Amino acid sequence: MKRRTFLSTTAALGALSLGLPGLAQAQEPLKVGFIYVGPVGDMGWSYQHEQGRQAIEAEFGDRVQTTYMESVPEGPDAERALTQLALAGNSLIFATSFGYMDAVMNVAAKFPNVKFEHATGYKRAENVATYDARFYEGRAIQGTIAGRMTKTNKIGYIGSFPIPEVVQGINAAFIHARKVNPAVEMKVVWAYTWFDPAKEADAAAALIAEGCDVVMQHTDSTAPQAKAQEAGNVITFGQASDMSAFAPMPRVGSTIDDWAPYYIERVGKMLDGTWTSDATWGGIGSGMVGIGEITSAVPAEVKAEALAMADAIGKGEYHPFTGPLNKQDGTPWLAAGETPDDGQLAGLDFYVEGITAELPK
Amino acid sequence: MIHLERRRAASRFWTLAVPVVAVLATMLAGAGLFAALGKPPAEALRMIFWDPLLGPNAEYFRGQLLVKAGPLILIACGLAVGFRAGIWNIGAEGQYIVGALSGAAVALALWPAESPLIFPTMVLAGALGGWAWAMIPAFLKTRFGTSEILVSLMLVYVAQNLLAYMAFGPMKNPQGFGFPGSRNLQQYPSAHNAELIAGSGLHWGVVAALLAVIGTHLLMSRHLLGFRIRVAGEAPRAARFAGVSPARLIRFCLGLSGALAGVAGMFEVAGPSGQITDSFNANYGFTAIIVAFLGRLNPWGILAAGLLMALTYIGGDLAQLMLGLPAAAIQAFQGMLLFFLLAFDLLTQYRIRWKGART
Amino acid sequence: MTLGGIDLIALTATLMVSSTPVLLAALGELVVEKSGVLNLGVEGMMIMGAIGGFAAAVMTGSPAVGFAAGALAGMGMALLFGVITQILLANQVATGLALTLFGLGLSALFGKGFEGIRPPQTARIDFGGLADLPVLGPILFSHDWVVYFSLFAVGAVGLFLSRSRAGLILRAVGENHDAAHALGYRVVAVRLAALAFGGAMAGLGGAYLSLVRVPQWTEGMTAGAGWIALAIVVFAGWRAGGVLLGAYLFGGVTALQLRLQAAEYAIPVQLLSMAPYLITIIVLVAISALHARGRQAAPAALGRSFHASR
Repeated sequence: MKRRTFLSTTAALGALSLGLPGLAQAQEPLKVGFIYVGPVGDMGWSYQHEQGRQAIEAEFGDRVQTTYMESVPEGPDAERALTQLALAGNSLIFATSFGYMDAVMNVAAKFPNVKFEHATGYKRAENVATYDARFYEGRAIQGTIAGRMTKTNKIGYIGSFPIPEVVQGINAAFIHARKVNPAVEMKVVWAYTWFDPAKEADAAAALIAEGCDVVMQHTDSTAPQAKAQEAGNVITFGQASDMSAFAPMPRVGSTIDDWAPYYIERVGKMLDGTWTSDATWGGIGSGMVGIGEITSAVPAEVKAEALAMADAIGKGEYHPFTGPLNKQDGTPWLAAGETPDDGQLAGLDFYVEGITAELPK
Repeated sequence: MIHLERRRAASRFWTLAVPVVAVLATMLAGAGLFAALGKPPAEALRMIFWDPLLGPNAEYFRGQLLVKAGPLILIACGLAVGFRAGIWNIGAEGQYIVGALSGAAVALALWPAESPLIFPTMVLAGALGGWAWAMIPAFLKTRFGTSEILVSLMLVYVAQNLLAYMAFGPMKNPQGFGFPGSRNLQQYPSAHNAELIAGSGLHWGVVAALLAVIGTHLLMSRHLLGFRIRVAGEAPRAARFAGVSPARLIRFCLGLSGALAGVAGMFEVAGPSGQITDSFNANYGFTAIIVAFLGRLNPWGILAAGLLMALTYIGGDLAQLMLGLPAAAIQAFQGMLLFFLLAFDLLTQYRIRWKGART
Repeated sequence: MTLGGIDLIALTATLMVSSTPVLLAALGELVVEKSGVLNLGVEGMMIMGAIGGFAAAVMTGSPAVGFAAGALAGMGMALLFGVITQILLANQVATGLALTLFGLGLSALFGKGFEGIRPPQTARIDFGGLADLPVLGPILFSHDWVVYFSLFAVGAVGLFLSRSRAGLILRAVGENHDAAHALGYRVVAVRLAALAFGGAMAGLGGAYLSLVRVPQWTEGMTAGAGWIALAIVVFAGWRAGGVLLGAYLFGGVTALQLRLQAAEYAIPVQLLSMAPYLITIIVLVAISALHARGRQAAPAALGRSFHASR
C-alpha cells in the first residue's frame, strides 16, 4: 500500500519522466541526485565526487538537473536522504560511500523505477549498479617512483582502515618499489580515519621519524603533504584529489579519483535508455584513476619508466598483480604470469611477501 | 536599570509563549542567514518547518520524524528525572553505545537461530548494558564522591573506542569482505526491530519512547519517589531530613537514565541503523541533553522538544536538497534555535523589572 | 636516545607541537571552570578560532594577525555563551552543547573558499647553535613562539590562580558564588572575564591547529580536540601543572601509538586510545577519595547558575 503511494507521488513529482521515459526526456530534464559522506569542501573524497557532478552539468547542460546532499552520515540518515532524493523525482542517484550500501539496497527496493549507483560496494540489484576505481593501479606507479627515488630505502604508507581497497594499494606500491629496488622496506601506519588532518599529520611525522623519505597516504587531507614539506627531503603523492598545491615538492605525483568520465557515461545511458545494472571497476584505462602530473623533482628516466608503466596498465598489457607472488607467510599466491581475478582482489586481506608489518585483523 | 526578579512559580503564559517566541526569533535570524547565503528565506523556512509535516510526501516525513525523535525522547526522559534530582548524567552517548553493543552481541551470538525470544532478550541486554555503564559513575559517586558529570563524560570516549574496537574486531561481519561493521540485523528476522506498520516509522523504540513519556509523567507527578526526586533537586538538605537516601537516589536516577539510553541504542541498532559500525552513534546521547532542557525536564515538554529537534533535522535535509543550502547552514540554524529557546526560557522563571539606579 | 626502536627525543618534540592546541584550550577551560562555569562548547570555540585565524592570516599574510583573530573569534563565541548562561541564566551544559553545534556550522560557512589554500608559514624561533644541542636542542629550542607561549601560559595561569588576588577572587566565585557576592564581588563580571579568557585561549589553540599543526583549513578539522581539552582539565585535577602533563599525555598517546605502528609493533589501537580516559577516571577517583567528605578538587559551584536575589 505504502509502495503505491510512493510511486504515485514520485511519478507526479517527476512529471512524466518515469511513466513515459521516451516522451518526457524531450521536455523534462533528467534529475540526478548525489549523496556525499563528507562536506563538498573536504578537498578529498567528496570533493572529487562533486567535481564529477559538476562535469555532468557541464556536459549535458539543460538536459540534466542535479542536486546533492553533503555530510550525510552512514546509517538511517543515509536511508532518509536517499528516499528524499527519490521522492524529489531524481531518477538516477549516486551514493558515494561504502557505508551507504544497505541503505541503498533498502531504498532501491522501495523505488524500483529509480536507478541507484553505489560507489565501492558489492551488493547489486536490478536497479542498483556498483562502481569503484582500481586505485592500486596508481599505487603501482607510485611504488616505482618511490623505489627509484628513496635514499633511506624506507617507504611509509598511511592507511585509513584495513579494508581490501587499502590493502591492495599497500601491496601494489610495495611490489613495484621492491621490483626496482630490492632493498626497500615498507612501514605502515593505520590512522583509523579517512579524514582527520591533525592525526594524519602525526602519522606522517611518525613515518618520517622512522626514517621514511617517501610518504604515501590513503587518507584524504593534505596534512601529510604539509608535514613532508616541513621535513624537506621527503616525497609524497596526492591522494583522491591532485593536491597540486604541494607540487613540485614534496608532491611528485598523485592518484586522482576522476569520477567525471564514468558519471557522464552513466547519465548518457540514462538519457538514451540503455542503463543497466553493472559492476564497473575502472582504472587508468577508463580514466577513472588519474596519475596527475609527475613533477620535475622526479628524474627524467624514472618519469619515463613510470609513464610507460601507466601506459601499459592503461592498455591492459600489464596487471600490477602479476605472478610469481607469494603471500606474506611465504605460501604461494600467484604462479608466474598469473593474475588474480577481480573477486579475489575485492576481498584481499593479506600482505604480499616482503612486507614485515602485521595486518590488523 | 534592568533587574531580574525571580517568580514564585513559573509563569503559565510564558511557559507556553516562550517556544513560540523563540521559534519566531529563530525564523527571523535564520531568514537573515539564508538571505545572506543568497537563498530565498521564506522558502527555506517553509521547507524546514512546514513541508515535513504537511508538504508533499509528508506521510513519509512524518514517519521519519518519529524515527528521529524516538531515541531523543527516550533518552531525554531518563536524563530529565536525574536532572530534576540534581544528578547530572551527561554520558548518555556512552550508555547508548554500550546498550547497542549489548543488544547486538546477543543477536550476533545467536545468529542465525530464529526464536521469538531473541528480540525481548536483546531489549533486556540493551537495558542492562546501558544500566551497567551508568552504574560506574553511580558507584564512584556514592563510594568516593567522584563527580558523575565528569566520569560519565569520560566514559563516552571509552565507549566510542570500544565501539570502534568491536566494529573492526570481534563483531566484524565474517562475510563482509573484510569491511568493518557487523552483520545487518535488518536481515535477521528474529532480531529485527521492524516497523510495526510498514511505512509509518513506528517501531518498538518509538513505542518505548511514548511509554517513557507517560511513565516519567506518572513517576514525577503521582509517585512518592518522584516527589522525593523533586525535593532532592530543589532542597537537598530537606530531602535528607525527609529520609531520602542520596545514594539510593543516585543509583536509581543514573540507573534509569542509563537503561533508557541503552534500550534506545539497542532499538536503533536492531532497527533503523541495523549495524554496529564505528560511526553508529549519531550524537543522540548529547542531543538528548539539549532536548531534555528544551522540554524543561518535563516529559510532555520533552515529547514536543524531541519532535521539534527532529523536525529541524528532516526539514534541514529537505532545504539542503531543494535549495542547495549547505549542510553547515542547517547546523548553524539549529544552534541559533537552541540559543533562542534557552535564552528566552528566562522569562518563565524571572520577571524583568526596570528600576532606577539604587545601590 | 631510543627505546624499543622509538626515538624518544623526536617523539617528545613531536608531541609538544601536536599537544599545543589542546594545551591552550584546556588552560582556558581551567580558568573558566575555576570560576564555576562549565563551558562544554570548547570544540565550537576552537573551530571558530581555526577558521578566524586561518582567514585573517591568509588575507593579511601575517600569522601573528591570524593568531590574534583566532583568539578574538574564540572570545566572541565565549561571550555569546556568557550572555546566555550568565545574564540570561540558561543551563550551561545545554548551552555549551549548542555552542559546539553552532560553531561547527558557522565556521564551515565562513570557511567556504578557504579550502585547499596554504597559510603563511609561522616561523620557528632561531636559537642559533642551541638548536643543535643533543637532547635539549630538538625538545627545547626548535619550536615556534606559540609553543613557548603555551608553556609560559601554564606558569602564568598557575601563578595567577594560586598567588594573585584576582585569582583568589576568581576561585572564591567558583567555590561559592553566594558568599562571594555577599562579600561584594561581582560574580557575573568575574565569570564573563574568565569566559572571555577561556574563549581566547581556545581560539588560539584552534588557530594553531589550522596555521601550524596541520596546516590548512577544512570543515570540522578540530575533530574532537575540544572534548579532549575538557577531559584534560579533569585529568589535571584543576591544576595548571596537571593540564600540561595531561595535554602531553593525551597528545603523547596518539603520537606514541602511531610511532609504535611505524616501528611495527602490533598494538590494539582502539584499546590504547581508551587509556587516557580511563587514567582520567582513575585520577578523578583518587582525588575524590583523598578529599573524601572534605574539599573536592572540582570547583564547588561548577555548572551552577548564579542569580543575585537582591
